[in-house]
Amino acid sequence: MSGTHDPAHHDPSHSDSSHHHQQSFWSQYVFSTDHKIIGIQYLFMSLFFLFFGFCLMLLMRWQIAYPGHPLPFIGKLFGEHNMPGGIMMPQFYNQLGAMHGTIMVFLGVVPLGFAVFGNYLIPLQIGAKDMAFPRLNMFSYWSFLVGGLLMLSSFFLPCGAASNGWTSYSPLSDIAHDGQTIWLFSMAIIIISSLLSSLNFITTIFQLRAPGMTFERLPFFIWAQLITAFLLLLAFPPLEGAAFLQLCDRLLGTSFFLPSGLFVNGHVYDVSGGGNALLWQHLFWFLGHPEVYVIILPALGIVTEIIACNTRKNISGFGMMRWSIIFLGFLSFVVWSHHTYLTGMGTNITAFFQTTTMIISIPSVIIISALFITLWGGSIRFNLPMLFALAFLPMFGFGGLTGLPLGLAATDIPLHDTYYVIGHFHYVVAPGVVLGLFAGIYYWFPKATGRKMNDFLGHLHFWPTLITMNFVFFPMLIQGLMGLNRRMYDGGATYNFAHGVLFWNVIISWSAFIMFLAQLPFIFNFFYSMFNGEKVDSDNPWHSATLEWATPTPPGHGNFTKPITVYRDPYSYSLEGAPKDYSPQDQKEI
Amino acid sequence: MDNLLQKLLPMQPLASVEGRDNDTLMYLIHGLVLILFVGWAIYYVVVLIKFRATKNSKAVESHTAHQISSYVEWFVVVAEILLLFAFSIPFWAVHQAGMPTGKDILQVRVVAQQFAWNVRYAPSGKFGRSSARFLDDNPMGLDPNDPDNKDNITTMNQIYLPIDKTVLITLTSKDVIHSFGLPAMRVKQDVIPGMTTHVWFTPNKLGSYEIACSQLCGVGHYRMRGIVNVVSQSDFDQWIAQNKGIHD
Ligand code: HEM
Ligand SMILES: [Cu+2]
Ligand SMILES: [Cu+2]
Repeated sequence: MSGTHDPAHHDPSHSDSSHHHQQSFWSQYVFSTDHKIIGIQYLFMSLFFLFFGFCLMLLMRWQIAYPGHPLPFIGKLFGEHNMPGGIMMPQFYNQLGAMHGTIMVFLGVVPLGFAVFGNYLIPLQIGAKDMAFPRLNMFSYWSFLVGGLLMLSSFFLPCGAASNGWTSYSPLSDIAHDGQTIWLFSMAIIIISSLLSSLNFITTIFQLRAPGMTFERLPFFIWAQLITAFLLLLAFPPLEGAAFLQLCDRLLGTSFFLPSGLFVNGHVYDVSGGGNALLWQHLFWFLGHPEVYVIILPALGIVTEIIACNTRKNISGFGMMRWSIIFLGFLSFVVWSHHTYLTGMGTNITAFFQTTTMIISIPSVIIISALFITLWGGSIRFNLPMLFALAFLPMFGFGGLTGLPLGLAATDIPLHDTYYVIGHFHYVVAPGVVLGLFAGIYYWFPKATGRKMNDFLGHLHFWPTLITMNFVFFPMLIQGLMGLNRRMYDGGATYNFAHGVLFWNVIISWSAFIMFLAQLPFIFNFFYSMFNGEKVDSDNPWHSATLEWATPTPPGHGNFTKPITVYRDPYSYSLEGAPKDYSPQDQKEI
Repeated sequence: MDNLLQKLLPMQPLASVEGRDNDTLMYLIHGLVLILFVGWAIYYVVVLIKFRATKNSKAVESHTAHQISSYVEWFVVVAEILLLFAFSIPFWAVHQAGMPTGKDILQVRVVAQQFAWNVRYAPSGKFGRSSARFLDDNPMGLDPNDPDNKDNITTMNQIYLPIDKTVLITLTSKDVIHSFGLPAMRVKQDVIPGMTTHVWFTPNKLGSYEIACSQLCGVGHYRMRGIVNVVSQSDFDQWIAQNKGIHD
């Protein structure tokens, strides 16, 4: 890094390019249509949901490690109904499990990766003033908020929140208590929010690119968001439909998912029947699998930006990476039944789905390899965002690899619905995606606030989180191989075969508790640095070549102070003959 | 060899004939996972040390790394094709979707409900009628007027099986989806209301093995446990003789 002061440092107070009228506090920060404010609103809410979902899991981890022991100190706060004497009831455990999954996926990780970074960065990176439909964007945020809070509020129902897993399989969900109704309504609202966002993102990327910003010159992050938006747009409607069908089953006496002749709890279940329990699973997983890529792709995009910048190199095989995620996007619609192998599927249909599942692993390998190769020959800077991005690669890679035994239908037989599955996808989503998203926060924080996050606190966040995460998720793979099932209220203590691996439950839980402590430096750092962090002395503190750094810090309404023209590829680092080791996309001469 | 693998991949001691092939695939696929992960990890450590900015102040393009990675990609493709077509698909065709061949097969019916496994034997070899109408009288809805039901044995959560004899278990559910997981035999099968599914295997070790319900089915899911008792043929015959016509 050269220590020179960037001459193009803007003073934000003079940079209000688009000459807006004085805006009231409410329209500027609360009912804002500015993509950056909306992004930041999403950021606060999704981080809150992520933290909330994590805390639900900590309660469960206590019960799993010490089944039937009262939770010390706070156990009694949850009420006589849920935790009499501080001891968790199975019904409450199931609520926590279902809500952990739902909140983490639909209210935490996806909004953080897609809505936060997408909103904040898409217009900046393509050289646009705002999203294509700013008011629609505001509506997306508010419907997300309403859907999310409605979801949380279901804990306060007398019967409690939904308790049928984040997958809500019928008929269990059809016959469950009213928490499920709220779950379905909230999901319907959240889905509307996602659909509108994805329309907005797609339109923006197609229509509002600055002159010269061809598709080849789009940063990988934008490509990732574009594919993600298409996945949401095409995969969510079936789940929206399915949610309405389940609502009808519950409220209007239909039986889309209820076969004839059910006999529940000692009584004939009084419905017309004739429905199909499996229909729900197929509608759910038709979203559910693309949803996995909705979770992954934004983080992959973020990590790619950070790796290019901090190796001072072009991404090796950038073209291949683009084709790979396009291919991945298409394929993600034809692998969903690897989640339903054990529902009685025949040989041909399983052969089809395991083949597509193996095929989809190839573009993933190509993407990961491209990032690995990018490091070769680079000048690698180990700053905070880069540390998180570097941790993402092997953790995410390991998560992907442990998917192979689940993707082969034969080995899925013993592994299905065990802790092996939990270990596998958490490697993808927690030490993988969540670390990738943290990387993004540390990386773009200076753009949004004009200040850097504290380095020491950042390390205090990074290392314990990385280490404890592995102690949480690796043992789950071992437990799963032994046959320990997921969604077990007593952590598997009922089963003799599990006794040899139960000691891991205690280790996992305490690692999770320590991981909780490791998030405190982040929370403190986040708020402290917003107001007191070290000021950046340039609009482009990481010396990056992409467009978002050509804006003032923080960017004002309308983003850029001058018309933008794009002259070159996004990762123009260390070009032959260039005076600096980065050549911004919007500068004519290298 | 088996012991070493057992240590590396801790699975329950295998108790069925058919599970052997499944274990083989399990070892192979984890071998692939291990090779790829260790290979990448070594590369990763080397690259991070070798190209740190404090040592390598100027980034340069390289082409050898590209070459190597495309070999890795082809290796993965070939390995996956092999595992799919030589192992996974044939295994499924024979053991999961297929039915046992041969005449000398024991048939057992299991009806799942929240939160128990109802088991039914027909010593005469013929299962009589059953219907939801009779569920109030007996948990498997056996028609009391059907003579074929007279000698039926029903039990709850207990399955008796003779060693070395292939058993075909027919699975149905009364209420919600359950899953019949019997890890020691390497079988698992969802039990879905409105559908009939099967598992089959040949137990080859005496002992008791636990059935763990593997699909969330409500508050009692975690304790929906059954036992498979594998006994000698003569003990089995004796048990059948003693329990003929007894329902519990
Ligand atoms: C980092 C801290 C986390 C820990 C310690 C953790 C732990 C767990 C555990 C132990 C389970 C299994 C519970 C059971 O079977 O009873 C579980 C389930 C689940 N988790 Fe997490 N998790 C974490 C983060 C995440 C994240 C970031 C996501 C999402 C992107 C996520 C999504 C899920 C889902 C979808 C389930 C399945 C829920 C269900 O059974 O329906 N988790 N988690
Ligand atoms: Cu999937
Ligand atoms: Cu169950």
